[in-house]
Amino acid sequence: MEALFRPWPWYVSGPLIALVMVLLLMMGKNFGMSSNLRTLCAICGAGNAADFFKFDWRAQRWNLIVVLGMVIGGFLATNFLSEDAAVNIGPKTVETLKELGFQGAGTEYLPAEIYSTENLSDPKTLSILVIGGSLVGFGTRYAGGCTSGHAISGLSDLQWPSLVAVIGFFVGGLLMIHLLFPLIF
Amino acid sequence: MRVLGYLLIGIFFGIVLMKSEAASWFRIYEMFQFRSFHMYGIIGSALVAGIIAVQLMKKKGIKSFYGDTIHFIPKQKSVYRYFLGGSIFGLGWALAGACPGPMFALTGAGYLPVLIVIAAAIFGTFIYGLLRDKLPH
Repeated sequence: MEALFRPWPWYVSGPLIALVMVLLLMMGKNFGMSSNLRTLCAICGAGNAADFFKFDWRAQRWNLIVVLGMVIGGFLATNFLSEDAAVNIGPKTVETLKELGFQGAGTEYLPAEIYSTENLSDPKTLSILVIGGSLVGFGTRYAGGCTSGHAISGLSDLQWPSLVAVIGFFVGGLLMIHLLFPLIF
Repeated sequence: MRVLGYLLIGIFFGIVLMKSEAASWFRIYEMFQFRSFHMYGIIGSALVAGIIAVQLMKKKGIKSFYGDTIHFIPKQKSVYRYFLGGSIFGLGWALAGACPGPMFALTGAGYLPVLIVIAAAIFGTFIYGLLRDKLPH
């Protein structure tokens, strides 16, 4: 029981994520989270601005229910299934992050420098959230999927376009961490 | 009944993302620094389990819970959109430390600034929709 409250090891978590994909397939649906962003655009009336958003979004309501479940799941995991929010990253990573100004590295789940409500008035913090989010939204739709749709669903079905997308994820991620982070932080 | 199924799958997925720490900005940073096996282990073991499950389902012609044929939709054959779109997503993934699944779990976990990331991601998707015809696919 105690192990449930500690962070779950990768060899438990990975297969459980695959189980989520299988359960959705068995429900007759496809596992993919970023398409919800398109659905939310359509609900907000984006169909008036671009044909890409003119589709029957009601057929995608099932995925929004999954999203609602995820919000509840996040709440339950944090409030009832965790003793401590600390993420056990290695000492070398903690050291590098502290040099970049992330003082809570190794003791918190998300960096307060980016994700605390108090820092929202800082234009830099706000820009990071807005730019990061916009890139995620634009990129996933351009690529036709994110980590769930390509890295898990697409690759499980041995589709090479998904491999190209996953290589792209890493090219972008490595550029950000190794070239842009030293300029931003 | 189906609605309850989707809700329970979502709750389960949200818990897994939080407890695996795949929703942590720090884990994403560490992954791109190649300093830990954790994220590679999660994605790798999900893939091994996923490949086995999907290939078995296809081979055995497994039907859905409701008796329907399960469709695996082939992705459009192209390189541009996957590589360019993927790289743009990767930049945002590393900066915000959240992909489109974890951002919702983090909202429930109480990290309210994530709502700004979600709003921005919806905005980014909208911009893609506007520019779609002008981009190489």
